[in-house]
Amino acid sequence: MAEDIKKLMYVNRRAPYGTIYAWESLEVVLIGAAFDQDVSLAFMDDGVYQLMKGQNTEAAGMKNFSPTYSALGDYEVTKIYVEKESLEERGLTLDDLQHLVWEDEDDDWAERDSIHLVSRAELADVMAEHDMMFNF
Amino acid sequence: MPIEVNGKTLETDEEGYLSNLNDWEPGVADVMSKEDDLELTEDHWEIINFLREYYEEYQIAPAVRVLTKAVGKKLGKEKGNSKYLYELYPYGPGKQACRYAGLPKPTGCV
Repeated sequence: MAEDIKKLMYVNRRAPYGTIYAWESLEVVLIGAAFDQDVSLAFMDDGVYQLMKGQNTEAAGMKNFSPTYSALGDYEVTKIYVEKESLEERGLTLDDLQHLVWEDEDDDWAERDSIHLVSRAELADVMAEHDMMFNF
Repeated sequence: MPIEVNGKTLETDEEGYLSNLNDWEPGVADVMSKEDDLELTEDHWEIINFLREYYEEYQIAPAVRVLTKAVGKKLGKEKGNSKYLYELYPYGPGKQACRYAGLPKPTGCV
């Protein structure tokens, strides 16, 4: 059975607002996850801004959908890869990002970190393990 | 098709979900449930309120599987299962309860 489930990766490279890519990606991810796909996410380039804490979109006039990333754990999306170099190039660290967790049902709902910080080279290896990639 | 709630006319989309989230008031659920011939009990309201809180926190209407799990965690195992939720909301707890709660159609529902 397991071999029928394709491993899908959604790659997010753009800033969260100004275009609809980030929100569209998140919606597609949630829909896929609701259908039991094996989904993982990668954030690189300006895409790392999507995960930042304390977003305020009032001036931009767009819906602030950043709270929705916290729901990914409920949808059993537990593999979120953030590229280390992309953060560094923008003067950011993991502390600037939301703390995203999932709860391990098999271990008394223990909270586990969803975000994995990986180097550019490591991310390339992770990508290679996936059957399909979607770029947003 | 717009619905009439306490003398106000509220816009809905083609599937009956409120067009504007902020139009919601408890009367919306009363009017919609009457159209479905469903009498709302405290148990129904518990789910409606739960969904509104979920939306407030995450800005999405959860898919039914996610709703079921989240209800189980917050309100107890005896409520966090499809049997309980489908008995309350025979048209599907995701779709029907979200509609009564004034939320958009759940993400992941087609």
